[in-house]
Amino acid sequence: MKPELTATPRLAPGVRLNEKSQLPRTLLMPERALRLNGPSLEIVQLCDGHHTVQQIAEKLHALYSKAEPQRITDDLLGYLALLHDQRAIDF
Amino acid sequence: MKTLRPEGLSYKNLMPTTLPTPLALVAELTHRCPLHCIYCSNPLELSKRESELPTQTWTRVFQEAAQAGVLQVDFTGGEPLARSDIVELVRAARAAGLYVSLITSGLPLDEAKLSALVEAGLDHFQLSFQGATEQTAREISNTTSHPHKLRVLEWLKKHRIGVTLNFVIHRQNIHELEEMLTLVEDYKPGCVEFASVQYYGWALANREALLPTRRQLDFCVAKLKEAEERLKGKTRVVFVVPDYYAKFPKPCVGGWGRKLMLISPDGAVLPCHAASVIPGMQFENVKGKSLREIWESSPAFQKFRGEDWMQEPCKSCDRRHLDFGGCRCQAFLLAGDAASTDPVCSLAPTRGKVDTILAAVNQPKPAILEEKPTYLYRPNPS
Repeated sequence: MKPELTATPRLAPGVRLNEKSQLPRTLLMPERALRLNGPSLEIVQLCDGHHTVQQIAEKLHALYSKAEPQRITDDLLGYLALLHDQRAIDF
Repeated sequence: MKTLRPEGLSYKNLMPTTLPTPLALVAELTHRCPLHCIYCSNPLELSKRESELPTQTWTRVFQEAAQAGVLQVDFTGGEPLARSDIVELVRAARAAGLYVSLITSGLPLDEAKLSALVEAGLDHFQLSFQGATEQTAREISNTTSHPHKLRVLEWLKKHRIGVTLNFVIHRQNIHELEEMLTLVEDYKPGCVEFASVQYYGWALANREALLPTRRQLDFCVAKLKEAEERLKGKTRVVFVVPDYYAKFPKPCVGGWGRKLMLISPDGAVLPCHAASVIPGMQFENVKGKSLREIWESSPAFQKFRGEDWMQEPCKSCDRRHLDFGGCRCQAFLLAGDAASTDPVCSLAPTRGKVDTILAAVNQPKPAILEEKPTYLYRPNPS
């Protein structure tokens, strides 16, 4: 399920990032773990219940200014839907 | 004078090798348990209380595990809550940098203890159910625990931690599957597991009473497929199939010595829950060596690591990278040879043994023989 642009995704209960000192950065969840790098880490770090999907998209547009903004937003929505179906985030 | 080359010292053995990194640690903190489930995965010979590792040894082990690359620790048993230092152990594992799961029956626990566990850093609470009703749960566990588990679920609502409901399913409780699903839909946990009994330890001793029929399995698959669709995005539904009915074996523990380590209550380090059934296996103990040393060089971990030990048909099979030849313990228990293909595999020369067991279960029986079986209950070690 894709989120609305006004939704504020946050990590689901029992899901957290490992510590900054622990590399590679990994999303820890019940019985599973997901290695994160580049954009996936940036997105997950912004899933804090405060940033809207729109705000996350804008941050990514600024970070990846060479890419087409609409394409970034589409990728973001797809990734958030995947994390949601895996019960890694709520929105 | 002739020099003999010692056996096993081949060029290949002298090459530097890349060892897999352990990712998960199963910490069997105790074999004591208030429940007496007939399918318990503990070995028939249970560790006694006086042989259990003390708090400070576990604390060191958690630090060593994290340093070796382990991400997650599962506190299990027996019943991990039977340890009086459980809150301290959760805090120590979390401080070491591990993700901490408690695999529990929910007994003995009160609201204050649950809050203390969460405050100490518990990440995930996996609550086991023996059925959907008190009557069935009691028959399976020989204990009254079901009403208490429902209370624990209410307490859990006050905390923001991961919750998994785990229903162990088998011939004697599959008829309650729909009621189990109702419980799931009422509570809405992040994950629900319907784990078919696997036949080791006490479960193997009670196999005749526990192995589901083909009809029950088909019913299960259909119901859980519907549930998975219905609960998508709310609760993740995991179904552990009864592997006797499978076409190919399970990739047991993700491959021997590839991902997982298990420490028994007395500190012995095993590649899986059941490895002690394999004759001649010797396990090293965390009391004498570091976890990394044991992972890298313990003969028990080397024994079935990689593919050199494989026989045909595994040796030349394309699926060997997917299922690693299945389960070594099951190969020993059913075929008498731990290095043979897991007999549940349809390609195994010993598959006939599994088919004979299934045929007996699926044979229509006259009603008079459908009486309640006699169970062998797991005792509580002193």
